[in-house]
Amino acid sequence: MNISLRDPNIVMKLSRLGSFHQSRLSFLRSFLKEFKDWDYKRDLFELNEKGYGTAVFSFKKKNRVYSLICFANELDENERSDRVIATKWDTAFTLFDGVPTKLDIERLKNEVPKQEFGRLSYKELTLSRANKSVRVFNHVVESLSNGVQPDKELLAKVGYLYRTTAVYGSGKFGLADRFRIKDREEIYGPFRLEMMLVYLVRQFTFDQVNHVAKNRNPKKAVNLDPEICKSLGIGNSTGLGMAPFIVNHPTLLNNWIYAREVSLKKIREIKNAAIAESDLFKDCLKKSIKNIKSWNTESEYQIKKIKSLLKDLNQFILFLDNEFNFNQEYPFNKLYQHLEENYQEECVEYVVSMMMEPYENIVAPLIKEMSSEEDKYFNIPTERTVSELKIIIENKYSEILKIDFEKKENNLNFWFISKNKEEPRLANRFDENGSNLEQPLAVARDIKKLYENLILSKNNLTIAMFLSINADLRHVVRRAFIVEKFPYSEIQDNTIGSEIVPIDMLRLKLSFFGALKFDPRSDKWLRICMFQGAPLPEQLKNYDEHWVYN
Amino acid sequence: MKSLSEIDTVSKRSSRAAGYSWGIAEEVGKNIRLLEIFGLPGIKNLNDFLNCKKNIKLENLNFITEDNSSNNSQYCPVIAGVNFLDQIKILENLNEIKFKNIAYPMLFLPFVSRASEIVGKRIILKLDKKKFLMNFNNCIHSNFFKKEIIKIAESVSIKILKNEDSFAENEWKELYKLSEETFVEESESLKNSGAGAGLTDND
Repeated sequence: MNISLRDPNIVMKLSRLGSFHQSRLSFLRSFLKEFKDWDYKRDLFELNEKGYGTAVFSFKKKNRVYSLICFANELDENERSDRVIATKWDTAFTLFDGVPTKLDIERLKNEVPKQEFGRLSYKELTLSRANKSVRVFNHVVESLSNGVQPDKELLAKVGYLYRTTAVYGSGKFGLADRFRIKDREEIYGPFRLEMMLVYLVRQFTFDQVNHVAKNRNPKKAVNLDPEICKSLGIGNSTGLGMAPFIVNHPTLLNNWIYAREVSLKKIREIKNAAIAESDLFKDCLKKSIKNIKSWNTESEYQIKKIKSLLKDLNQFILFLDNEFNFNQEYPFNKLYQHLEENYQEECVEYVVSMMMEPYENIVAPLIKEMSSEEDKYFNIPTERTVSELKIIIENKYSEILKIDFEKKENNLNFWFISKNKEEPRLANRFDENGSNLEQPLAVARDIKKLYENLILSKNNLTIAMFLSINADLRHVVRRAFIVEKFPYSEIQDNTIGSEIVPIDMLRLKLSFFGALKFDPRSDKWLRICMFQGAPLPEQLKNYDEHWVYN
Repeated sequence: MKSLSEIDTVSKRSSRAAGYSWGIAEEVGKNIRLLEIFGLPGIKNLNDFLNCKKNIKLENLNFITEDNSSNNSQYCPVIAGVNFLDQIKILENLNEIKFKNIAYPMLFLPFVSRASEIVGKRIILKLDKKKFLMNFNNCIHSNFFKKEIIKIAESVSIKILKNEDSFAENEWKELYKLSEETFVEESESLKNSGAGAGLTDND
């Protein structure tokens, strides 16, 4: 049986993309798998009794070493802010390529805590900062220093000791450009080094809290139970900065979604599922319910989605247990069809993620294909004709062409870069100033405009000649030729309409990161948790790959 | 040191701010990155050009021909470059393409380098007395190494080289003969058991 890949007009709708969940393809899971054989070490831990100072953690294999350098500084309570516009943090981190010298650490001590206002070098790979969840951190220190473990319920509710805001890489603020490292096999797969930074930061938070508790009461203090450590992750506050990324990196977006779609296709094409495979699928699915039940949010929007997901999943599990027989041909295809016919898209995508759990053989080879050599597809094939480009647009943007951008509600917003922090923002073009400085993220509107201009041009005109008199449409001409080759490279929705929910764009990206428990704090930013439940560095050599559900 | 990613982003945004469309600004970002990779003064020239742009009488060259003369003004290096790149498949069969008066010709150069990769041919670019050999956008050979701003090239010529050997046939034969000394003479029985042996090739 040959199953077709799902239609981009369905998959690439924002509501669908905003329903994606973590899976075996997620970057934090593939990072752990890649680095499980590396040697982990705490190389330096020079903190004072309050936990302030410098620490270095590393992963090493043969001649390659990656070192996380941590700087923990005292922060006045009034200065603590998770906003990306903050200028001071409890801790600041950089992932160093190799083993840092004392001189490197001294240099970085002056730069890393400044974050966006500091200067990094080609020796540094990623950069981030994190603030304490003061309530949780103080509670844990208090408990440990008194010789008792902290309140698990409180910890479960929050899920972390620290939360990061931005994690920067790929040449930002002087960091190493990707071309310097892209041929290293261990980082085939997107965001590997960003994941490493977050993972090692998590370990720093445990070591720091133990250290502070021990110094407060050396005789009585105990270490945080490793099982509790495992149940904690790293929080993250994510704003709109992430949204334009997926528009600005079309081939990369395609490769992520394509890997997911090929996985699903291959799983649907399995004629007979082994009992062990179907059991593992059911087991992961059932265990995962606890992740949904412990998903805390005050967002009405998310509460509604969680309720609906839980209801759908419970119903689906009943169907699996009582009505569905895995001992039939193409069972996963039948399940998928049943899902599409009976459940909301949030539930459909949740179960699609679960279907990948038993199929390491299908998923693993696809992970290495999830990066992209974007520059290869930058040049526009200008020898092609207007007629060809028209056909591409009619085929690849058929839904977009139906949108009437003359209507105010379809052209309501604009994306811009804020002057004070150089971060992307979204605003109402009729209420706010600055729409003349709009970023090229209104792809749907500009594609439609391109199509209208193409219709007025001669069919045999080359794109070279078309562009010489339509320079303002060059950015979307490039995109149209990219989507011809990469079907999942474009969001098939209006990113400036009144109905846009920007956090859908964030959720898409964060699901590929492997984030859990999306907690929208508005329609423009959310909190998440990463590595919650993940093995600790000492446990990596022999860990359960389905740890997310344990 | 600025990363290439920063160079790309800032060049793109500043070009957009100076009035180019987003699509063209993207090209400029990639180009300045290329110049800096090749050790040529990209940022220096772009910064000066964008600052002086309003005060120069610039002409947009949309259709490139064999002879492109702008006598009363200067060609915009970005628009001339974009169109040269876009039209390279039509231009590649011309013996020589000439331009008069290109402003800030260093900003025109990376378009020519990228064109060399697209047509798979080396290209010689002359900016007055400065010579550049573009090698498929992999590297540039030049007699110009100064980190300076070039405000104008009065005479610009482009020659797209044919894909020809850079050596004489006898030099090749001589080298080939030497390479043969790594071969071993095959015995008759081995010859008779090679691929296709024993079959009629007229079947």
